[in-house]
Amino acid sequence: MGFWDVITGRTRPKQANLDALFAVPTAALTMQTSLGLVPTGDGAVCYRAAAGAGFAGTQNDVVELLGASEGAPTVTTSVDEYGFTWLSVDHEPLDPANPDITGLVTDLHAVNTTLEMNGFGPGLLCSLIAFREPGNDADGRSVGLIYLYKQGTFYPFAPTGPQERDNLLEINVRTAIEGDLPVEKDRSRWLAVWGAPGL
Amino acid sequence: MSRFQGDAGLTARMTTVMFLLGALFVGLIVALMFVMPAQWAPIIGIVGLGIAWWQWYSSDTLAMRAMGAREVSAQEAPELHAMIDRLCTLADMPKPRVGIAYTDMPNAFATGRSPKRSAVVVTTGIMQRLTAEELEGVLAHELSHVAHRDVLVMTVASSAGIVAGMLSRGSQFGAYAGGGRREGNNTLPVWLVVLVVSLVVYAVSWLLLRMLSRYRELAADRAGAHLTMKPGALASALQKITGEISATPSRDLRSSQAMNAFFIAPAISGQSLRTLTSTHPSLEQRLEQLARIEAELGRPAQ
Repeated sequence: MGFWDVITGRTRPKQANLDALFAVPTAALTMQTSLGLVPTGDGAVCYRAAAGAGFAGTQNDVVELLGASEGAPTVTTSVDEYGFTWLSVDHEPLDPANPDITGLVTDLHAVNTTLEMNGFGPGLLCSLIAFREPGNDADGRSVGLIYLYKQGTFYPFAPTGPQERDNLLEINVRTAIEGDLPVEKDRSRWLAVWGAPGL
Repeated sequence: MSRFQGDAGLTARMTTVMFLLGALFVGLIVALMFVMPAQWAPIIGIVGLGIAWWQWYSSDTLAMRAMGAREVSAQEAPELHAMIDRLCTLADMPKPRVGIAYTDMPNAFATGRSPKRSAVVVTTGIMQRLTAEELEGVLAHELSHVAHRDVLVMTVASSAGIVAGMLSRGSQFGAYAGGGRREGNNTLPVWLVVLVVSLVVYAVSWLLLRMLSRYRELAADRAGAHLTMKPGALASALQKITGEISATPSRDLRSSQAMNAFFIAPAISGQSLRTLTSTHPSLEQRLEQLARIEAELGRPAQ
């Protein structure tokens, strides 16, 4: 906040930074080659739904828009215990040999731009793209690559249990993607999003 | 498109009050230079500013100690921390320290010298009474105080009052000590002039400070509501808290008088002169503003 904003007590809501998402497909390739983590084709956008008709209308528009595209993903919304809405976009499981998540990233971007166009950009919290170790489904580790809209940075989130996360795997993922994506340097910002869809 | 609309009237009123406070401080120093021996005025001014600076610099520890609050870690209060984590990420601000005060009085406050070194404290009373959504609204209000650097603004604004307060004490003392000495038969004694000037300055700055405090509260309500996008949650929290506080016997609250300026709702009850001397705007005023924000946010898209 600038001097004048402090004096007058005006916080302009922070606008979201949307374009960094398009670098994710490159990072996904890196994660597959160096760590063997493959995108599942599922992703989600987490935001705060505003009260009132304006937001409800906008959210309906988003769901309709995504459902209308070719090879449409399944779109569902749910509200978590902190009052944030998760709009999850589930594509068909991708071919592990040649996973392409450009479509998923485009879908997520469509969600963001629609929200922003209608004035709800400040409500965007984070976006999640799910990755998984291929093979037997039971013990494959899963990692979410999470994008923080306001900071414009990414971080990995690897839950292993109800309240446990695999810190070593997270650090390995960070090291792997550092060259491709802006990574969140402040580890206290690596929010734990327990029970996020897609993980 | 942005749904955020500033409140030009509020900004104008706030700026005017701050300008008046600054003018008052300058006026006080100038008046002192005329009245007192030349070497005294700057010393008193500097000591006064030193006190104000110290109050601001150690505000986080002082305020937490005054309220008997204890800092809690993310393991001790995971939900509270997670809530604040999300709000700070949403607002892109550094995370303050989190404290809990073990008192049944439902309240919350934010303090600290800068956003990087600040603390947000909630009482156990407020956590018992509010739902998660309402508590989040309150926390967003407090985080807005931090973002607006309200401790700094209020401390700087109160420096005229601090100096005036010191002077009136000092001149009362001077009346006893040096009362017999006179510069001339027809001139008023210096201590009397200083006493009158400083009392007037103190009274005016006290009123202006209260006014400024109310404007800062409204600004924090506004920013907080835009942050959570749920003005309704803050509104219902305010209704619950103010209702509870006026029902609470005031003898339990005596110790918290000094902290009122940073609370979400004032911990004093009493009806007289309420609008002029209150540190917080009336509930109706706050609800009206929140209703306006709700309308802005809920406006259908074209």
